[in-house]
Amino acid sequence: MTDVRVAGVGLTPFGSHSERTGRDLFGEAALRAFEDAAVDRADVEELNYGNFMGALAEHQGHQAPLMAEAAGVRCPATRYESACASAGVAVREAVRTVAAGDADVVLAGGMERMTNLPTDEVTEGLAIAADDLFEVRAGVTFPGAYALMANAYFDAYGGSREDLAHIASKNHENALPNEYAQYRREVSVAEAMDAPPVAEPLHLYDACPITDGASALVLVSEEYAAEHDLDASVAVTGTGQGTDRMALGDREHLARTPAADDAADAAYADAGVEAADVDVAEVHDCFTIAEVLALESLGLFEPGEGISAAREGLTTADGDLPVNLSGGLKAKGHPVGATGGSQIAELTRLLRGDHPNSEHVPEAEVGVAHNAGGTVASAVVHVLEVAG
Amino acid sequence: MSDDGADAADEADETDAAPPTDRHYAEWLDALADGDGFALVCPEGHGSLPPRRVCPECGAADLSREPLDETGTVATYSVVHVPSPRFADDAPYATAVADFGPTRLTGIVRDGGADDEAPEVEIGDTIAVDVGERATDGERLVVFRPAGGR
Repeated sequence: MTDVRVAGVGLTPFGSHSERTGRDLFGEAALRAFEDAAVDRADVEELNYGNFMGALAEHQGHQAPLMAEAAGVRCPATRYESACASAGVAVREAVRTVAAGDADVVLAGGMERMTNLPTDEVTEGLAIAADDLFEVRAGVTFPGAYALMANAYFDAYGGSREDLAHIASKNHENALPNEYAQYRREVSVAEAMDAPPVAEPLHLYDACPITDGASALVLVSEEYAAEHDLDASVAVTGTGQGTDRMALGDREHLARTPAADDAADAAYADAGVEAADVDVAEVHDCFTIAEVLALESLGLFEPGEGISAAREGLTTADGDLPVNLSGGLKAKGHPVGATGGSQIAELTRLLRGDHPNSEHVPEAEVGVAHNAGGTVASAVVHVLEVAG
Repeated sequence: MSDDGADAADEADETDAAPPTDRHYAEWLDALADGDGFALVCPEGHGSLPPRRVCPECGAADLSREPLDETGTVATYSVVHVPSPRFADDAPYATAVADFGPTRLTGIVRDGGADDEAPEVEIGDTIAVDVGERATDGERLVVFRPAGGR
């Protein structure tokens, strides 16, 4: 087993690029990652690429070879699909490949193109991450599914819409200095409370936007980094994945996400760290309630305690445990098949000290990234550490 | 998606009908409409919905059809204001997940009230299950109706 280093990260600005093709978006992210890494493209041995709805959005299946062309690499290329965790699973397989010694250099990431579709078609496209027969046909939308979880959470543990509004406000504030974020605009708690309902109890500012974008990471073995004298100070030290019953109703508890519990346990064990060691987190806040569920699955807060973390200032930029300093999916945006890679790109920059919000975590040594698919029927967790 | 197996099964002899691609779901919905709603239950008592070859919890292969409880209890709900295109004329509507003994079901709560209002729903409400039609396009779907008590 070798240490896996993040040699370089690249993102497109997240936002509306409705007239740009997916290949152009991923090509841009990969170009930036190679510039950041100073790694020769010819050394890339595999491309692991995440994408969810390209067949719907671009009428383009079989995207991996296209993305290898866009990135200028010639190597085995595979598309990974796990709904909104597509890039998370792509990165995880890249980490495992390098850790196992099967490759020294892997390019991993993802792309999603969404704004070229009308909003109702995106709603339909995202809904297929749920069980078509027993959920989608019964009227469950993607926001609707998280709304079901939010009401179940309120019933089990308490909490209110206002608690959720504090999460939205926090993440929008974090996005202000992030040049890659879709919404660099403050949203007050009152503004979030007053927004129109999407699926009660979730309102407009509880939901992430519809986003185009791409992410790319150049992952290398510790030996390769040393041989090439790379500046790759951040290591992916732990990876874990979990799977749950597809339909929300089939789960034992409607206000918990056991797939993420399992992913976190595995990732922490892999890294040899505990939840208490985590200094900074990027979690999958596709909806505000999702940040709560993530924090509890990661063991950063006890069940029932995550809901008030933002309101109490525990997870704000100047809190003890800053969460989603990138702005999160909520404000930075959520190109679903790219998100898992972008979280690791953001966390890498935060730990390296070259993120505009690094000043809030100057001593951070351990970061955790949490990426979820569907209503967390899939979850991927990675632990990143400053390796020196 | 243009159709689902439910209607396709009924219209199989019509030349423009889609093939019955979801036969087990259509049969389950037929049973529900006839008041014979069921779950598949393994010897350990885990309930699931068809089609199943094995219990998704424990892998047991000997599954039996067991009737759903006559009424269910709302485990969680949401009033959806922004629908997918297939529910465009149904919104706002209340979706709920309800416990029906061996398994939970997901459906839309309807109380026979005005079309443009979603009914009041609370966790713990007692509801009955039926099969209704989507207002948008007439597709069949699982419908919950208030059955008194909360």
